[in-house]
Amino acid sequence: MDMTRRAALMTSAAIASSVLFPMRSFGQETPRKGGVFTVHYGAEQRQLNPSLQASTGVYIIGGKIQEQLVDLDAKGQPVGVLAESWEAAPDGRTITFKLRPGVTWHDGKPFTSADVQYTAMEMWKKILNYGSTLQLFLTAVDTPDPLTAVFRYERPMPLNLLLRALPDLGYVSPRHLYEGKGDIRQNPVNLAPVGTGPFKFVQYERGQHVIAERNPNYWRANAPYLDRIVWRVVTDRAAAAAQMEAGQIHYSGFSGLTISDSARLGKDPRFIVSTKGNEGNARTNTIEFNFRRKELADIRVRRAIAHALDIPFFIENFLGDFAKRGTGPIPSVSADFYPADNGPQYPFDKKLAAKLLDEAGFKPGAGGTRFSLRLLPAPWGEDVSLFATFIQQSLADVGIKIDIVRTDGGGYLKQVYDDHAFDLATGWHQYRNDPAVSTTVWYRSGQPKGAPWTNQWDWTDPTIDKIIDDAATEVDAAKRKALYGDFVRRANTELPIWTPIEQIFLTAITAKARNHSNTPRWGSSSWHDLWLAE
Amino acid sequence: MRVLTLAGRRLAASIPTLILILIGVFLLLQLAPGDTVDALMAQMGGGDAATARQLREFYGLDLSVWAQLGNYLWRLVRLDLGFSAIYGKPVATVIAERLPATILLMTASLSFAFFFGLILGVVAARGVNKWPDTLISTLGLMFYAMPTFWFGLMAIVVFSIYLQWLPAGGFEDITVSYTGLRRTFDIALHLVLPTLTLGLFYMAIYLRIMRGSMLEVLNLDFVRTARSKGMDETRVVVRHVLRNALLPMVTLIGLQAGTMLGGSVVVESVFSLPGLGRLAYESVIQRDLNTLLGIIFVSALLVIAVNFIVDLLYARLDPRITAGN
Repeated sequence: MDMTRRAALMTSAAIASSVLFPMRSFGQETPRKGGVFTVHYGAEQRQLNPSLQASTGVYIIGGKIQEQLVDLDAKGQPVGVLAESWEAAPDGRTITFKLRPGVTWHDGKPFTSADVQYTAMEMWKKILNYGSTLQLFLTAVDTPDPLTAVFRYERPMPLNLLLRALPDLGYVSPRHLYEGKGDIRQNPVNLAPVGTGPFKFVQYERGQHVIAERNPNYWRANAPYLDRIVWRVVTDRAAAAAQMEAGQIHYSGFSGLTISDSARLGKDPRFIVSTKGNEGNARTNTIEFNFRRKELADIRVRRAIAHALDIPFFIENFLGDFAKRGTGPIPSVSADFYPADNGPQYPFDKKLAAKLLDEAGFKPGAGGTRFSLRLLPAPWGEDVSLFATFIQQSLADVGIKIDIVRTDGGGYLKQVYDDHAFDLATGWHQYRNDPAVSTTVWYRSGQPKGAPWTNQWDWTDPTIDKIIDDAATEVDAAKRKALYGDFVRRANTELPIWTPIEQIFLTAITAKARNHSNTPRWGSSSWHDLWLAE
Repeated sequence: MRVLTLAGRRLAASIPTLILILIGVFLLLQLAPGDTVDALMAQMGGGDAATARQLREFYGLDLSVWAQLGNYLWRLVRLDLGFSAIYGKPVATVIAERLPATILLMTASLSFAFFFGLILGVVAARGVNKWPDTLISTLGLMFYAMPTFWFGLMAIVVFSIYLQWLPAGGFEDITVSYTGLRRTFDIALHLVLPTLTLGLFYMAIYLRIMRGSMLEVLNLDFVRTARSKGMDETRVVVRHVLRNALLPMVTLIGLQAGTMLGGSVVVESVFSLPGLGRLAYESVIQRDLNTLLGIIFVSALLVIAVNFIVDLLYARLDPRITAGN
C-alpha cells in the first residue's frame, strides 16, 4: 500500500487530535449517574436570572436552572427546548411557538404560555440587554391556549434572526413569582432563581460559592447525570489554575485562565484545553476610531493605521493557536452569515502606511512624529492589554505617537461611549450568532449617547444605515445573508472600526468530563447530558 | 470609671476624623470616571440608554454630588449604612457576612506574627552578629521582600498541588457538608496557608522591631544593675528587658490591625476567601459607594477600638504611663 506523505500527515494529525480530544473515543461508555461538578466562577454578577441579563457570567449559572424556548444544537442550528415547534406567518409579523407539554417549574407549578407572555413583555422587551432592541417592535404575545404563544410584531421579524437570538435572549421566568411582586429587578428570586432546567438552585454564599442540585422532575428522561454543580468564586486567575491542578475545580470556561496557564494545562493529560464548544461565543478584537479627531476622520489615516499593524505576527507571538486573523465584523464561525467576499483586508505594509499618511498631509515633524493619539484599552482580557502595547509600538514606527490610558470597566464605558474622551479604543466585539443582535449597532447611526458598544464614533453613513435597516426586517434568509455581505464590505471599506483579530473563548476542563463542549454555546447551556467518569 | 472617661474622650476625638475620612473617600470616588451603572453595563456586556437612565434614578445617581453626600451623612447619623448596589441588600448585612472570615484570618496571622516575631527577635538579639542572628535576619528580610501573592501561589503549588496536604483555596469544603468539630477543623485547615502567607510578611517586621528594641534596652543602666545584682541572664531578659522592649511591638500591633483589614485583599484573592479586602476592591471596581464607605466606616471603628486597647496595654506594661495622660 502506498502511503503518500500527505496521507501520513493526515493520519498523524488524526492520532494527535484523538489524544487532544479524548471525548471522541469514549462514545461507547455508559454514562455514570452522580458526582459533583465544580466550576470556576470568576466574576460575580448582581443577579442570576438570564431573562434579565444577557451575559456569560449569568448563563454559566442561570442557564442550568432556567431554560429558553430554543437552544443551538451541535451543528449550530436552532433546536427546541421549552418550545417544540415554531412557525412564521408569510408577512413575518406573527411567529407562533408550540410549547412543550408536561414541564413544571422547580416549585411544582406548571409551565404555560402565560409564563412566556409575561417574560417576553415585561423582561425581554423592557429590561434584558439586547433583548430590548431585538423585541423593540414586539406588540403583544397572545396565548390562545396554555401551550401556544403567538408573538405579534409591528414590523416583520425574520424567523432566522429570532431563532438565533433566542438561545441567548429567550430564557423564560416563572410568572407567578414575579407578577405583582414589585420591581422585577429587586425581586429576591433573581438571586435564588426558579426555573424548569435540569438543576435546582440550592444556595448562594456571596464571595464563596453557588450550589445547585439535580432536578428529579426534569422533563428530559434520565437527565441530568450529575448530583450537584458547585460554582466556586475565584477572582484570581492564577489561583483558579492552581485549584484546577489541585482538583478543586473541574471546569473554567470563557477564557477564565491566563493565556500561559491555559497553554500549560493543555499539555497536561488530566485536562482538555480547547476552543470547542465556544463557537457561539465568537468575538473580534476591535480598534475604534473617534471621528471627532480630524486626523482620524480621514479615511487614509484609518487605513494607514490598519496597514501599519503586523497582525499575523501579533497572533503568532502573543495569542498562539487560539486566535486568527479577523476579516470583518462577522466572524468566520458564523456559517449562516459569513460572506464569501469580505472586502478590503489591509495587509501589513509599513511603506504604504507611511505613504497614506503623507498623502493625508501629516508629514513627520520633529523626531519623526506626525501626531499623537490617546488609546483606551478595555480592561477585559489580557489580550486587549497586549494588543494596546502592540499598537503603540507599531504605530511609533510610522510616526504616530500613542498614549495608552488604562482604566477599569466602568471608567472605560464612561470615557468611550459617554464622554467620547478617546482617539482610539481597543476592546472586544461580541458576535451573538446573528449580526442584528449586537453587531450592527456598532455601525448604525443615531445611537443614544452613553449606550455602550454602539456607534459613538461620530460617524454617519446613510449607505450602511439603509443596509442595516433592510436586513433587520428582511424575512427571506438568502436575501438577508446577501445584505449582510454588503454590510461587511461597506464596513471594511469605510473602516469606522477595524476588526483585525478573531477569537473564540477557551475552555479548560477535566479529562474526566463526558458529553462536554458538544454545542456551540456549551458553557452557557444546561449541561443536562454532562457526566463525570470515575 | 477612668477607663470609661478615657473611652468617651477617645471616641469624641475620633468622630471628626471619621467624618473627614468618609467625606474624603466619597469625593475621591467621584473623580473616578463612571458610576455603578456604567460598571453594571460593563458586567452585562451591553444595555440601552433608557435602562441606564432608569437605573441611575433608582440608585439616586441623578442627584448632584452634594445632595448625594448630604443624603449619605444624614443616613449615617441614623446609623443606617445604606443599600448595596452590587449585593441588593443592606450594607450592614453584607459587611456582617464578610466579617467572620476577615477577623479569623486577621487574628490568626497577627497572633502568629506577634508570637514568632517576638521569639525570633529575642533569639536574634541575644546572639547578635552570631549565626542565629544572621540566619534569622536573612530569613526575615526574605519574607519581607517576597510579594505576598507570589508567596501564596508558591505555597499552593507546594502544599496543595504536589504534596496535597492542604486545600488550595476557599473557606471550607463545600462539596461535602461538615458540622460541629469536623467543620471547625476543616475551616482551620483551609486557613493554614493564608495565615502563613499573611503572617510571615508581618512576622518579618515584628522580628526586626523586637530585635532592635531588645538591643536598645539591653544596653540600658538598669540592665547592668540587674546583672550586677547577680541575676542569671534568662531572668534578666524575661523579667527586665522583655517587658520594656515590648512597648514598640504593642504600638505596631495597634497600627497594623487597621492595615491588615485592607491589606489582605491579595491573600483573599489568591486563596478565594470571602473577606472584607476583596469586598472593598470589588466595591471600587463596581463603584458601589455605599458598600465602600460602609467598609471604611467599620474598619475605622475597628482601628479606633484596637488603639484604645493598646493604650490600656501600655499602662499595664509600663506603670509610668498612666492611662489618663
